[in-house]
Amino acid sequence: MKHLLTTTALVLGLALPLTLAAQTTAMDPNAKSGGGIVVTYKDDVATLDPAIGYDWQNWSMIKSLFDGLMDYAPGTTDLVPGLAESYTISDDGQTFTFKLRAGVKFHNGREMTAEDVVYSLNRVTNPKTQSPGAGFFGSIDGYDAVADGSATSLSGVSSSGPLSVTIKLSRPDATFLHVMALNFASIVPKEAVDAAGDDFGKNPVGTGAFSLGEWTIGQRLVFTKNPDYWRAGLPYLDSITFEVGQEPIVALLRLQNGEVDIPGDGIPPAKFREVMDDPAQAARVVEGGQLHTGYITLNTQMPPFDNVKVRQAVNMAINKARIVQVINGRAVPATQPLPPSMPGYTDGYAGYAFDKDAAKALLAEAGFADGFDTELYVMNTDPNPRIAQAIQQDLAGIGVRAAIKSLAQASVIAAGGEADQAPMIWSGGMAWIADFPDASNFYGPILGCAGAVQGGWNWSWYCNEDLDAMAAKADAVTDPAKADERLQMWSDIYMEVMKDAPWVPVFNEQRYTMKSERMGGADALYVDPVSIPINYDYVYVNDVQ
Amino acid sequence: MASFLVRRLLQSLLILLGVSLITFVLLYALPADPVRQIAGRSATAQTVQNIREQLGLDQPLAVQYWRYLGNLLQGDLGRSYLQKTQVSTLIMSRLPASLLLMAGAIFTELLIGLTMGVIAALRRGSHADQALMIVSFVGVSAPQFVVGLLLLYVFAVQLGWFPIGGYGTFSHLVLPSLTMGILGSGWYSRMMRSSMIDVLRQDFIRTARAKGLTRRRIIMRHALPNAILPIIAMIGIDVGIFMGGIVVVESVFGWPGIGQLAWQAIQRVDIPIIMGVTLVSATAIVIGNLVADVISLLVDPRIKIR
Repeated sequence: MKHLLTTTALVLGLALPLTLAAQTTAMDPNAKSGGGIVVTYKDDVATLDPAIGYDWQNWSMIKSLFDGLMDYAPGTTDLVPGLAESYTISDDGQTFTFKLRAGVKFHNGREMTAEDVVYSLNRVTNPKTQSPGAGFFGSIDGYDAVADGSATSLSGVSSSGPLSVTIKLSRPDATFLHVMALNFASIVPKEAVDAAGDDFGKNPVGTGAFSLGEWTIGQRLVFTKNPDYWRAGLPYLDSITFEVGQEPIVALLRLQNGEVDIPGDGIPPAKFREVMDDPAQAARVVEGGQLHTGYITLNTQMPPFDNVKVRQAVNMAINKARIVQVINGRAVPATQPLPPSMPGYTDGYAGYAFDKDAAKALLAEAGFADGFDTELYVMNTDPNPRIAQAIQQDLAGIGVRAAIKSLAQASVIAAGGEADQAPMIWSGGMAWIADFPDASNFYGPILGCAGAVQGGWNWSWYCNEDLDAMAAKADAVTDPAKADERLQMWSDIYMEVMKDAPWVPVFNEQRYTMKSERMGGADALYVDPVSIPINYDYVYVNDVQ
Repeated sequence: MASFLVRRLLQSLLILLGVSLITFVLLYALPADPVRQIAGRSATAQTVQNIREQLGLDQPLAVQYWRYLGNLLQGDLGRSYLQKTQVSTLIMSRLPASLLLMAGAIFTELLIGLTMGVIAALRRGSHADQALMIVSFVGVSAPQFVVGLLLLYVFAVQLGWFPIGGYGTFSHLVLPSLTMGILGSGWYSRMMRSSMIDVLRQDFIRTARAKGLTRRRIIMRHALPNAILPIIAMIGIDVGIFMGGIVVVESVFGWPGIGQLAWQAIQRVDIPIIMGVTLVSATAIVIGNLVADVISLLVDPRIKIR
């Protein structure tokens, strides 16, 4: 038996499978074609190579230049086919056969074929490419041989006709279709990569809605509409100009002056209240959730945090509502590792309630009636030091004296990757934002044993082998009929994590995207969960004829 | 003169070598691992190891430095870790903007500083003198970040006379030049004032006055040229101060120069870019100092070559 798209969506626990097909083809009846917008950023764009780019700035830009076999319906976390027209999954859930769309053209005019898919997956996993996303493809058959250099192509990936690709997995992987929707799985033309060599990131060629028109380093990039784009009628905009090197505060002034349409770095924290208190400006701000959790890690291998009671006491000591106030209410208090909009989130779980007395009692029970001295590492950009001070005060409330170590991002990350260096870390500025909307994405690298290694991201150094086994079991559930069962397994895993309390989940950040008056399109496009800040392919401007 | 130049050039090369060594050691002694930055958070240990080997970061520091130096001598600054682009390409595409800003700043600081200094010197002890010296003191002390934002707010946002940051036309250049020039003008006004006062005390000025020349002619033809000379030599040394200020000012005004490049690279631990910008800036400072020495030598025969 072969499962079709809708049933596969169920596997992944995504809502509204029946509306998927409708969403891919739905066009905005009010949309106008033409015109251009200006988007600003403070930092230069590092690269537009889909195998390399892995920051939130270039992520959405790459999405508009390239396509993968899978995609998400705009403004949602719902998987839809992209360059694949359809696909089938074998009964054991380990063989995927993708049927490609015919007549899709790269920006250089050549038609895309199955060979390009094979090439692209081999390229991203080849160690020479130095892709930060190579590990996502670990479930493809032959990955290990490519990773250690003993093979140059994935034995599990082959073309089965000019428009058909078969991918064999070495183990069942319920997240595989999400992986195929990652930028890292974008399809690139071999000849363009070969011609540009290491400079492909500056000379990107894809199949996306836009192509790169101009790139003046340090000043601007211009994306121009791809007239041959395979999604008929898209994109609406003729061009997007990204102006880089602009401080967020300057970008906001220019937006108010009508020179900028989207300040890519968002509303600067210092100006947030001013903007939101002005009805005219607040009306142009779109608010949405994001797949983000801000948390404090408690190093379970460093005394006294090796004692679960101490960790639970710290969980009760933190006044999350007040910390949310510190950032002007731009977040909601968190109770568990998963953010509320993630499938698998445990509804109705209250977490550790703020209770100083109970925390003190628990601390006394653990043998620390007089508290203890410790260190709290934090990234040194606003508002993180202020949040750390609030945490410090909360800890003082139960007698824990935490010294704040405010360092550059890279130094905090390095300290977290050592087993005996950082007793506590506030994750702000480095917090986990999901790579793809699946419950498993908040476990492996940050709470699983695999991440509790030198240089890893599991800064709690929490390693519970029983939970690792449960996680492996959950991700082996590929049967669509058991999708809910799988999500329940993930929910159970996170509840077990909370009992051991390696983290204090503090808040889930909300997103606020500001836009100019002339911009049109559904609000969901401006807080798109996968395209940050906005989904460039579907927005439009109102002032064109 | 020729042997002096050769000696100074050799000294300069030694200084640059020292700068490269110190920067290199400092950057690699940082507790931040550049490979982790490249590999990202989802990378497996295998990926991290592969990248480390390919970049040669698994080698001892001495070997790494030796390799870097070898490439450097061939004019190769390496490739950016995160952008994969040639560092020299990145720097060359941004250097003109920084040089333009520097030229604008030098012009501004000389214009403001020299004018203020001359007026203060001619009215020594007056209220005007005191007021100008207070202004110059404020100019020297005010943080450039604050000055930049203030100018931007008043002249670009409120009055709309200039664009709100950016690069391209003459009007884009005015505010950042002014921001950088205000700092320097403080120094120059003070130097110009004392230099001018010095010159006005000289015998030849008394002679000129005794000849019955007009005050205007004495100042313009005799005092000013002599007072300016030692100051011109200072411009070379200024380059060093500019290189420091450029990081801040370029970031406030969105000026696409090498200061901005350095700032972004520091945040991302992109070591080849940081090394490259440091070396280019150090070279500029060394050349600036060299030029300053040569100018002093040319304009003031009293300085003996030793």
